[in-house]
Amino acid sequence: MRDIKSVFFSHHDPDLLPAIRKAVIGIAGAGGLGSNVAFTLARVGIGTLIIADHDSVDITNLNRQQYFLDQVGDVKVEALKINLKRINPFSEYIMHNVEINENNIPTLFDRAQILIEAFDRAEMKKMLIETWTAHYPQRPIIVASGLAGFGKSEKIHIRQFENLFVVGDEESELKPKISPMAPRVGIVANMQANLALELIIKKKR
Amino acid sequence: MDKLIRVNDEPLPWEEKLNINRILELKNYTFKMLVIKVNGKLVKKDQYDKFFIPPGADIKVIHLISGG
Repeated sequence: MRDIKSVFFSHHDPDLLPAIRKAVIGIAGAGGLGSNVAFTLARVGIGTLIIADHDSVDITNLNRQQYFLDQVGDVKVEALKINLKRINPFSEYIMHNVEINENNIPTLFDRAQILIEAFDRAEMKKMLIETWTAHYPQRPIIVASGLAGFGKSEKIHIRQFENLFVVGDEESELKPKISPMAPRVGIVANMQANLALELIIKKKR
Repeated sequence: MDKLIRVNDEPLPWEEKLNINRILELKNYTFKMLVIKVNGKLVKKDQYDKFFIPPGADIKVIHLISGG
């Protein structure tokens, strides 16, 4: 009888699997974007995910984030690791319960060949782009911008600027105190994950 | 000689001592959270008045919007 690990990967494309299993992807933030990116990349079987966030699960997060009611109050990266292992226990999940800043980015994500930006606030997105680009100009960073509201799926696109990729509609602003909604966050997160996968397999775009 | 630059793929006439702040003004970009690349290189905010745009430059202005 085959072991559970080889059965798990038996329907993955064997031509792609070596690159996928070798890959190390960083995810900066474990909220709406980050938890969805992580779920998808765990299912894909990415070898190592490095995820950093300093928040705890709040009940208002459940409208779009991959946590459960019984995890409210838990440290996000710990809860996320449990959820990811319930999907795919065969990958490595390196979790950091820290607030990301310009000083710790190079340490936290040094092993990551690609970084996925999964923050909420625009100024944090900018800080991450500037810090990553300064330290690792050759490594791609995939940023989300413009995902508020509903509908208009066809407006969501990818723009590439050398190793900086922007996913979103680049126009939808959040209303004060209103969260993004699950469908568009999920679309953007999955486009970020899909692009990371493409870059890992093809090495360029 | 016509020395155009391109800002988000739209042509703009080049002029002497053209800096990033002037370009944002000419293009009416009022967004607060921007990332700007000139010929593929990131220019930080504290350089917006000091960095002079060379003729023929390719400038990308990326608007970062909160939400995630």
